[in-house]
Amino acid sequence: MNFYNEMIDANGGVRAHYQGYDEWLKATPPERIARKRAEADLAFHRVGITFAVYGEEAGKERLIPFDIIPRIIPSAEWKAMQAGLRQRVKALNMFLHDIYHDQEILKAGKIPAEQILNNAQYRPIMKGVDVPGGVYAHIAGVDIVRAGAGEFYVLEDNLRVPSGVSYMLEDRKMMMRLFPELFAKHKVAPVQHYPDLLLEKLRAVAPNGVSDPTVVVLTPGAYNSAYFEHTFLAQQMGVELVEGRDLFVKDEVVYMQTTQGPQRVDVIYRRIDDDFLDPLVFRADSALGVPGILRAYQAGNVTLANAIGTGVADDKSIYPYVPEMIRFYLGEEPTLNNVPTYMCRKPDELSYVLANLPKLVVKEVHGAGGYGMLVGPAASKDEIERFRQLLIAKPDGYIAQPTLALSNCPTFVESGIAPRHLDLRPFVLSSGQCVNMVPGGLTRVALTEGSLVVNSSQGGGTKDTWILED
Amino acid sequence: MLSRTADHLFWMSRYIERAENLARLLDVTWQMSLVPQSLDAANQNWNAIIALNSLEAAYAEHYDTVNAENVLRFMVTDPNNYSSIYSCLRLARENAHAVRGTVTSEMWETLNSTWLEAREKSFEQILNAGIGEFFDWVKMRSSLSRGVTIGTLLQDEAFHFIRLGTLLERADNTARILDIKYHVLRPHGDEGATDFYQWGALLRSVSAFEVYRKVYRDVITPERVTELLILRNDMPRSLHFCMNGVVKNLELIANRHSGETQRQAGLLHAQLHYARVEDILAEGLHEWLTDFMDRIYALGDGISKDFLVPMAEAA
Repeated sequence: MNFYNEMIDANGGVRAHYQGYDEWLKATPPERIARKRAEADLAFHRVGITFAVYGEEAGKERLIPFDIIPRIIPSAEWKAMQAGLRQRVKALNMFLHDIYHDQEILKAGKIPAEQILNNAQYRPIMKGVDVPGGVYAHIAGVDIVRAGAGEFYVLEDNLRVPSGVSYMLEDRKMMMRLFPELFAKHKVAPVQHYPDLLLEKLRAVAPNGVSDPTVVVLTPGAYNSAYFEHTFLAQQMGVELVEGRDLFVKDEVVYMQTTQGPQRVDVIYRRIDDDFLDPLVFRADSALGVPGILRAYQAGNVTLANAIGTGVADDKSIYPYVPEMIRFYLGEEPTLNNVPTYMCRKPDELSYVLANLPKLVVKEVHGAGGYGMLVGPAASKDEIERFRQLLIAKPDGYIAQPTLALSNCPTFVESGIAPRHLDLRPFVLSSGQCVNMVPGGLTRVALTEGSLVVNSSQGGGTKDTWILED
Repeated sequence: MLSRTADHLFWMSRYIERAENLARLLDVTWQMSLVPQSLDAANQNWNAIIALNSLEAAYAEHYDTVNAENVLRFMVTDPNNYSSIYSCLRLARENAHAVRGTVTSEMWETLNSTWLEAREKSFEQILNAGIGEFFDWVKMRSSLSRGVTIGTLLQDEAFHFIRLGTLLERADNTARILDIKYHVLRPHGDEGATDFYQWGALLRSVSAFEVYRKVYRDVITPERVTELLILRNDMPRSLHFCMNGVVKNLELIANRHSGETQRQAGLLHAQLHYARVEDILAEGLHEWLTDFMDRIYALGDGISKDFLVPMAEAA
């Protein structure tokens, strides 16, 4: 397969937007770069920018490898991508409002009703509930890959509790600290105002009549893999970081326990899945949630970001319908591509998938973090056989996609500088009709040669993402 | 601020202060053990450290005999001992981790690097480098975290809870150090070079040697050491100084439940403010200190109930 290299063109020349960086790289002694890389590792350790890994020793924290070669995107490409993201997230929010209200899209037969109504992520409890501004996914992380020049595909929409934005900000901070001269030389669009933008959005969706809302970030606790990010965002926004046990509900109003007594809470940026939010309604064994919070939410006394029930729109079995949503709600043609997707629930698509497993990527409909997936071209015969059985046993639990020729970018690895595959997760913020984002996002890079899986839980790393201003 | 956040801040500062005082206590015991004495007397001093921290059972589980090396190993690097310096630094870091968004990044980085460095040091390495050097390191890291706190943190509620934890812990620890040493030293009488070195070491352990000279310009006597460490209100590690801060910080965080705790703190403070060393000694120093430590414990308990434990029912 031929892969698009972000930095080098097909003739071995350096692409225009990488010229400046390339000159710098050639002029900089390797020892200096090695020293800076060690410095970065040390700083990340000291600052404790870590994530906990499930299944490993309790409390064990790992660094996400950070690569110092930035991923650079020219302004024109970003503008096109940004327009596509706005369009997509707007349609997804309209879709969520619709399926919890009049269900026009189902009545119009654009999406099979049972696909939505029987979906495990659909929350009937949200039917008829009006959320402030009609916004469900206040924060969306949209995973995008490049297959060629200007050719971007959305891999998935993360609408529940997308994470990684703290790495985007810390990577930038680290690059500016290590290589200030690069920023003097390039016009890199700033991203550091993200927490302000987020706070502004969260304040904007406060319940009606609250003029100076109390906003909090709700975390599952210090052992969650994204705990660093939760503390980081709360601190950067200057709001309290709370756990379920810090909150309680009385007369359908949410309070937090403070040293001065209970204080009312208006907006909760929750980093806990629906299932764990309210033990009275969802999982009774959840110790992370707040009993009664759903009643307070339904009564309109508190805003949850993201809303309950957004999972139904980021499910991999709903993904194929997003272009249709854009046409239905906005009357526009989608500007970002979807990856062609085979739905194994459909018998003819299943038989195609079963016949072509070595060429395809198979994903669990509810899977995340790079778990429960098959990358056909890289899989062993046994792996493929195992998935064949899984697909036959539970076809509606899986989708399949052709293996994309994911672009790659020069990256520091043990053997020196070598190309590694990457993706991009921009963070799209919504309140009412207003959809904003900071330029760029989190670039994740697969550090293993040939690997197409960039998830940090699978040993992926990150890079600073530069949107070059004209 | 969140009750849980206040709780973590309070304990974060207590653990770092505890690590420092433990280093001080072990250091003075170590130095005293270098003065010629019988093996029995030396082991008695090490035994006292275990007793002082009520760790007899935990110690017996892991060690057969009480001697300098075992006690030091147990109190310095043993992860099984929740009261060891190692554990205190770990717990300080864990509490800081839980509230890393509330403290400044310099504070978090200080506690985090202290823990990362402590974790790398084996007992053998510490012994080889000279254990005194390690104690100095602990004291410096504690000073650094205190300095970073004072130098970078907004003086809001978070700051007051941190100061409260530091001063309450220090009051308790200074009382303990004085209690154990006074009784080990007292029977020897007031004469001889040994006594001088031992009292000198005690003063040094609480950074009070030069202070003593400056204040009294005289020979070292147990009465004056007692006075300095209990009653001097300008001596940063004295009980009186600590209680000044406890009362002041309690006032700054007061809520509608905390009246009784404030009253108890005020009462204890007033007794130090108006006390005379001869009265304390007449009552019996050990009895007096035991009562003081009980009341410090009760204060900690009161603070916990008034501020740190969720008050859902009060809504």
